[in-house]
Amino acid sequence: MYAQMVTSEGKAPGEDLSPEEQAFQDRIDAGERIEPRDWMPEGYRKTLVRQIGQHAHSEIVGQLPEGNWITRAPTLERKAILIAKVQDEAGHGLYLYSAAETLGVSRDELLEKLHTGRMKYSSIFNYPTLNWADIGAVGWLVDGAAIMNQVPLQRTSYGPYARAMVRICKEESFHQRQGYSIMMKMAQGTAAQKAMAQDALDRFWYPSLMMFGPSDAESVHSAQNMAWKIKINTNDELRQKFVDQTVPQAEFLGLTVPDETLAWNDEKGGYDFAEPDWEEFFEVLRGNGPCNEERLGARVAAWEEGAWFRDGLSAYADKAEARRNAQVAAE
Amino acid sequence: MALDEELQADPLFAGQSGAAFEWLCRIGDSTLILGHRVSEWCGHAPVLEEDIALANTALDLIGHTQMWLGLAAEVEGQGRSADDLAYRRDAMAFRNIKLVELPKGDMGLTVMRGFLFDAFHFELLTRLTASKSPRVAEIAAKALKEVSYHLERSSDLVVRLGDGSAESHRRMQAALDHLWPYCGEMFWGDAVDDAMDAADIAPHPAELRDAWDAAVQDVLGEATLQRPETRLDVHLGGKTGRHTEHLGYVLAEMQFLPRAYPDASW
Repeated sequence: MYAQMVTSEGKAPGEDLSPEEQAFQDRIDAGERIEPRDWMPEGYRKTLVRQIGQHAHSEIVGQLPEGNWITRAPTLERKAILIAKVQDEAGHGLYLYSAAETLGVSRDELLEKLHTGRMKYSSIFNYPTLNWADIGAVGWLVDGAAIMNQVPLQRTSYGPYARAMVRICKEESFHQRQGYSIMMKMAQGTAAQKAMAQDALDRFWYPSLMMFGPSDAESVHSAQNMAWKIKINTNDELRQKFVDQTVPQAEFLGLTVPDETLAWNDEKGGYDFAEPDWEEFFEVLRGNGPCNEERLGARVAAWEEGAWFRDGLSAYADKAEARRNAQVAAE
Repeated sequence: MALDEELQADPLFAGQSGAAFEWLCRIGDSTLILGHRVSEWCGHAPVLEEDIALANTALDLIGHTQMWLGLAAEVEGQGRSADDLAYRRDAMAFRNIKLVELPKGDMGLTVMRGFLFDAFHFELLTRLTASKSPRVAEIAAKALKEVSYHLERSSDLVVRLGDGSAESHRRMQAALDHLWPYCGEMFWGDAVDDAMDAADIAPHPAELRDAWDAAVQDVLGEATLQRPETRLDVHLGGKTGRHTEHLGYVLAEMQFLPRAYPDASW
């Protein structure tokens, strides 16, 4: 997930719901979609803005680690695929900011919060892409983890978010296959390429597991978000599913998952695996990841250095309107 | 038609292959290097819609490169591929015009360069759709659809930014003044172009100049920008392999992986 640890604005357990709130909850329980003009509790709206906003920010910050290899992609075809992929991420950002706008918050407001550190993006994008296999690993693992969360979100209760997710999921699963195709080529390549592939897996495995967030089985926020169907599964369920899907894929590649404790557990029908270092996760969220400063710095620089461009376009639009009005007045 | 017959029927493969190879590299290298420069904006554009549009433009240009350099490699007949040409030649073997290798600069420079090149590219491809070489005509027809859109978009942006705020006007004029002396190379030609012209494969580039002038003048006028008084053809040489210092760095970055791991397949 591109949205981690989204704090819920709902009522505490045991607090009574008003008749309006109860009717709203009944609609969600009946599987109805909530649409922008429908009444909704303020907490639902705020929580969604936070979650969709964080997701949108992740898409646009997510352009950077992959964009880092566009000018160095090793063939024209790989270059074209990577550019198309990064373009898709920007497109996802666009759908998601638009979905957030239906909740009454503008893209500029959300960007302002991102740029001033008041909103987050996924921790994963604060890790560097150091060799070409990282572009494969990002597609395979990072998009793979994102899909785990986003497929169920196609059934989320808020209509515009669910519909954006349908389109995003189609593209993400394509990205995941492209990522895996790079990994195949690298894992079956020269000794140097295999070493790059293993290095990429070593560095991206635990940060990918962190993408699901810490265990939230006991979390009040999580319970409220699940009741609202903003969140569909617990973090642990999704992480388990991700590991179970990914380990055989790593084996097929002939790569070693960097977890000595990894073992199939017949009883639960899934793998036992080591938890990521949650201290590291919280440090990354606090801004102390390897690339936090660069990533946010790049976004802020793009925004500030582009101010004249946006202002120029607005100035033209104003002039053009004034000219049209003057013409109408003259006629 | 059998492949051999088809090749014989295409003047591109008939006797002029040295010139044809050079000529195809001039186009393919120009789209490659411009695509590289445009792709440098990915994730860094001033507004999300521009991130998407610039990525799309870069993608189109890389797609054109695959077609032009693929055909160049075929015409050469030495067993090289489009990737070999892109990744295994040094700067002196590159045939792109200097205009496209200049650093990306600010968005003013990127938009203005895009426009000046698009106006030329559009005229060139339009003429190439009538090439006597079916292979060239086919690629031109495909690329023209995309380049028509590039030109529409870049013309619109030049007008809006030129006639926008005082600051956007200043930047667009500065970009135009900086790029102008590099534009003449688009219309510069030599024996390679004479051979292409004689075989009716491609027009001599000088023939495209009037249409380009007219298109550029229209847009600059609407954009309230001044056509520079300086010479258009100050900076030539890219088409014969004499480049600016910038190209070496572009290639060092672009070619790093295939050069560092020559035995790898990607």
